[in-house]
Amino acid sequence: MRVGLFVTCLVDLVRPRIGFAALNLLEGAGCDVVVPAAQTCCGQPGWNSGARSSARALAEKLIAEFEHCDWVVVPSGSCAGMITTHYRDLFPGEGAWLARCEALAAKTRELTDFLVNVARLERVPGEFLGTLTYHDSCSGLRELGVKSQPRTLLAKLPGAALKEMKDCETCCGFGGTFSVKFGEISAAMADTKCEHVRASGADAVVLGDLGCMLNIEGRMSRRGETTKVLHIAEVLMGVGGVEVGGLRMED
Amino acid sequence: MQLASIHFKQRASRALADVRLQSAIKRFGGTFVEKRAAARAAYGAAAFEELRDASAEVRDRALEDLDAWLLRFEAEATRRGTTVLWAEDAAEVRRLVLEICVRHRLKKAIKSKSMLSEEAELNPALAAAGVQPVETDLGEYILQLADEPPSHIIAPAIHKDQAQVAALFEQHHRRPPSGDIAQMTREAREVLRPHFLSADLGISGGNFLVAETGSVAIVTNEGNGRMVTTLPRVHVAITGIEKVIPTLEDLATLNRILPRSATGQDIENYFSILTGPRRAGDADGPEHMYVILVDNGRTRLVGSELRDMLRCIRCGACMNHCPVFQTVGGHAYGWVYPGPMGSVLTPVYNGLENALDLPQAATLCGACHVACPVKIPLPELLRKLREQQMERGLRPLGERAALCLWAFAARRPWLYALGARIAARVLKWMGGTRGAIENLPLAGAGWTLGRDFPAPEGKTFRELYRERRPAG
Repeated sequence: MRVGLFVTCLVDLVRPRIGFAALNLLEGAGCDVVVPAAQTCCGQPGWNSGARSSARALAEKLIAEFEHCDWVVVPSGSCAGMITTHYRDLFPGEGAWLARCEALAAKTRELTDFLVNVARLERVPGEFLGTLTYHDSCSGLRELGVKSQPRTLLAKLPGAALKEMKDCETCCGFGGTFSVKFGEISAAMADTKCEHVRASGADAVVLGDLGCMLNIEGRMSRRGETTKVLHIAEVLMGVGGVEVGGLRMED
Repeated sequence: MQLASIHFKQRASRALADVRLQSAIKRFGGTFVEKRAAARAAYGAAAFEELRDASAEVRDRALEDLDAWLLRFEAEATRRGTTVLWAEDAAEVRRLVLEICVRHRLKKAIKSKSMLSEEAELNPALAAAGVQPVETDLGEYILQLADEPPSHIIAPAIHKDQAQVAALFEQHHRRPPSGDIAQMTREAREVLRPHFLSADLGISGGNFLVAETGSVAIVTNEGNGRMVTTLPRVHVAITGIEKVIPTLEDLATLNRILPRSATGQDIENYFSILTGPRRAGDADGPEHMYVILVDNGRTRLVGSELRDMLRCIRCGACMNHCPVFQTVGGHAYGWVYPGPMGSVLTPVYNGLENALDLPQAATLCGACHVACPVKIPLPELLRKLREQQMERGLRPLGERAALCLWAFAARRPWLYALGARIAARVLKWMGGTRGAIENLPLAGAGWTLGRDFPAPEGKTFRELYRERRPAG
């Protein structure tokens, strides 16, 4: 199974270790993973902002880079959602491009969905001693139906107890450019999410999207909270124990 | 209601700082969401989703031949003694209502909740013409005392707490304050009853217009709608043209999903189907019934890329589920309709340039779309409005430049990789020993006012992958 890994622009810039964790998980599941070198951005910022032509240009690029893979796996619900749900809207009435969009959409999966429903991962390498709570990122949940998959994987994590928080499906306030355009409202929404995390008593909040993660982590940090904010890929690999080709990554 | 949507950001800011408002919002916050969820579960989740499909179909069927159904409604209503009038805009609504007041020598209007009358800014016009308007929906009544506009289309005074209402009652009723909410409700009833009995004009909205019988369907929980439409000599129903539906059967479908989506009720306490004025032998009813069909921008939506918005049945589910609305409240949106549906209607009805922030002030989380009883793709409509703004050059230069630059770089992997490598290092350095950036410049300040920005690891994934997997 030739799996193309699309790490996403945020992972590339801010948290490469999430990319390596995803890579390790996929290889551990028996996949032959390629990381197309020219990948950059899926085009969602342009799409959501109404800049259709720039979104289309990036979609064309991504489609060409990944369409030769058997599967495309993305450690982000919003980027995977962009590819599977919105790429077709960028090529209205264009038969050839639409066919390529549909073909790519059919084999593009969010990471946890792939691990559970395609790779059928039985065991996870990491462990976590403590309580976890899971934040359902909006795109993953509502565009891709990612709900049970992360929980199924977390249930396999030795030592971890999962405690659902109040309003786990409510938006954290990131929303891409919304987070800077309407920073005050965004921070207030992040604050509400942090309150719910705190009230759950969990040692860590786990999520599948780095955008949400940076938002929640950023607000936690400003609040002086010590609750960990972790991407599901890193939690499943064992935080601090992400190996890449035999080398342990610096933390 | 006066348009203030251009001030969304300031109004939202004030709302965030208003401790009392935040309290009121949090207290009400999840209630309608929980109640709708319970109603949906009781109905059966699968059956409820089928009902949503059926409801969307009813609305689409009506909208596909909107003109024909409206003409049918007019014919059937007229046949049964109702006078049907057409108003192009807010000014014409006011003119028509005032003409009716003159014609019938009307002096006092009792009103059940009508968002159209808010669109038309009717109350001040009535008062100026010597016709006293009295709101009878308890929430609207409270707001009339406070001289404030509604902040929610179903629960208009949701932003007020009990103490504020008690103070308003004390000030206006000139009685010693009642104790609890039940007593305050009784007090309001006692104050309003004489108005019900002395009014010669009743003004209502219309939840639906049924074409096959020429009927106006009205739902309330307080019974005020029933009294407003039957006690006074003259009844005027003001409603948007998009509210017409073909048959009574269609009404039954929609009134299964409307109360469940709005408040979690299986049915509203009072459900009236009004078909013409009092006939010879009727025990009650108005002598004259008017229906004013209002455009006020709706025809602009017909056949447009935003036409799905016309399916709206005004349940309020979208705003109840909207995390932005639940954070800033309804007044921030600055017009009659707040939340997701308001963020589409306000720019469409009042001009894109007068509500630039509204389609932008959303995370596109999709909660509204999931909750909408008629499956309006609200996030996609908001995104289309953003596209319209871009196409018309209504976005700030900085924003357009940033998006252009991003796309330019992202299409050139060597340039992108270079930029990302530099940014990763600069941001890591800015994060210092704490690993968190407290102040970002320019647009980034929007982030760091309320949050830290977690510092990057310092090298990009691309670099590290090349280092650790040189074979590729």
